[in-house]
Amino acid sequence: MSSTTASAAALPADPKAPAADTVKKPVNPRSAKRRKSLAQWGFIAPAVIFMALFFGYPLVRNIVMSFQDYSPSTFFTGEAPFNGTDNWSNVFNDGLFGKALWQTILFTVGSLVGQFCIGLALAVFFTRRFPLNGILRSLILLPWLVPMVVSGIVWRRIFDQDTGVLNSFLGTIGLPGDTPWLTSTSMALISVILVNIWIGIPFNMVILYGGLQEVPKELNEAAALDGASAWRTFRSVTLPMLKPVITVVLVLGFMSTVKILDLVLALTDGGPADSTQTLGTLTYQNSFVQMDFGAGAVVGNILILISAVFAVFYLRVNRNEGK
Amino acid sequence: MATTTQIPAAPAPAVHRPRRRWGATVFGVVVLAVMLFPLYWMINTALQPDASLVDVGPVPTGVDFSGFTSAITEQGTNLLTSLAVALGAVAICLAISAPAAYGLAQFKLRGSKTIVFGTLITQMVPGIVIANALYSAYVDLGLVNSYFGLMLADASLGIPFAIVLMRSFMVSIPREVIEAAEVDGAGRFRTFVQVVLPMSRNSLITAGLFSFLYAWSDFMFALTLNTTDDVKPITLGIYQYIGAHVGDWGSVMAASVLSAVPAAVLLVLSQKYIAAGITGGSVK
Repeated sequence: MSSTTASAAALPADPKAPAADTVKKPVNPRSAKRRKSLAQWGFIAPAVIFMALFFGYPLVRNIVMSFQDYSPSTFFTGEAPFNGTDNWSNVFNDGLFGKALWQTILFTVGSLVGQFCIGLALAVFFTRRFPLNGILRSLILLPWLVPMVVSGIVWRRIFDQDTGVLNSFLGTIGLPGDTPWLTSTSMALISVILVNIWIGIPFNMVILYGGLQEVPKELNEAAALDGASAWRTFRSVTLPMLKPVITVVLVLGFMSTVKILDLVLALTDGGPADSTQTLGTLTYQNSFVQMDFGAGAVVGNILILISAVFAVFYLRVNRNEGK
Repeated sequence: MATTTQIPAAPAPAVHRPRRRWGATVFGVVVLAVMLFPLYWMINTALQPDASLVDVGPVPTGVDFSGFTSAITEQGTNLLTSLAVALGAVAICLAISAPAAYGLAQFKLRGSKTIVFGTLITQMVPGIVIANALYSAYVDLGLVNSYFGLMLADASLGIPFAIVLMRSFMVSIPREVIEAAEVDGAGRFRTFVQVVLPMSRNSLITAGLFSFLYAWSDFMFALTLNTTDDVKPITLGIYQYIGAHVGDWGSVMAASVLSAVPAAVLLVLSQKYIAAGITGGSVK
């Protein structure tokens, strides 16, 4: 076809093409085809190499590391001897792992339920037509722009037991104004979940709002004509239509919540007494605080395993959506 | 419909309907106020002269910029570091993902599907797992405490998203446009640079914006891939700040405000791109 001759003529201008010695000599179609696909791979190869190095390599390396003995001196001596399943049994026998796993579940489920319900309620609310709707809707996205670790620090200030504005506000309206939001083992995880709900609401709202826009208005009108109440229409017409979007929101929300690190470090550093330790922070603690990368890799691998289960689920949904 | 002259004729509906709609606006404002309160409080605290005291007023009475002065003195370089790292990450991200997105969208290559699939998967790898393995590799390669090392790591936050986003846009570029360019004698690479990239401008901007925001707010790579103070982005700077100056909340909050400025500026400049990116990139 003309495209092969055209690209051969223009080869000097194409730095990604394999070689410049191919100008205008009669070529057999097979090698021309191979050259064409080689040049095409030139576009994709950098990305593939990058992703192999920054995603593939860490995945493999973490598995290997989880069977190696790392200590602070490893980075001077370069020696990390294999130690069988020692890291695995150490991690599993340490009570902290079970605690972190349980807290990760509570944190993830609590955050998702809160984010989703409030996000959906707001999305439905914004489908109504009222003045300033558009401006209000886009301003709600603002919290998104602040780096998560910075949001965490701002909330840490708000939550302060003695000098924070939350307690002083609660005191003013006659409620107990001395809740130790971040400093008691019973409250800290709840507080961290509350902040994460706050962070997740805009995302849930935007995606669900987009989904609601796709639901044909005629369906709701038809249901209303049939005498269905607003709630009944929402439950039996809108929600089923929204199901694909809901799945995507929940799975993406799960992915970003289960591995959380920034927020917890900024709010509590995993404390008090490990009451906000999650699998993400535990990986960090093991590797970068105690310099035991083997133990960190074990927890990291479990985190990957959990994510992988959901990744499969997500891709399933995504594929069904495509058709 | 109900114009002003008709009000006497039909008073009830004309008054009733607008009031109900403004009721929703009032509710919306209340929701927004609650959602944005932490940001307001950040600014308020930053402007108070004695922000460490218990009774920080609900509005700053005497506006005081000393928090900002000390934040700029102590965190100014970190802001510049963040800017440099984020811009570098955007450059790397676009240079790698734009050609790939084009290739995956327009070439019929065996294995393309697998790569797109792989791209989706990478978005699910927990960052701390990457940091865990990268750290030792970075030590061996001498990339710890280097700008380039952090730019590369931060670019990884945006690349899968950028590929997915731009690919979904470039799929819709008609084959004929590309073939016409090639018939006119442009090479594959020139066609890409001179035809495809200009046509995909909006998706490039969106992808660039998001990779900037990802890199700008990165904390995890900054925390794990740096062992000295040589390369310290603002996120890491603020985090270490509260360790050292817990009493000086005015400066901490001022630094926090400054950390939100670039993102806010970007949002104002490019709101429509961001909204398109959010919905396009995550749902499709």
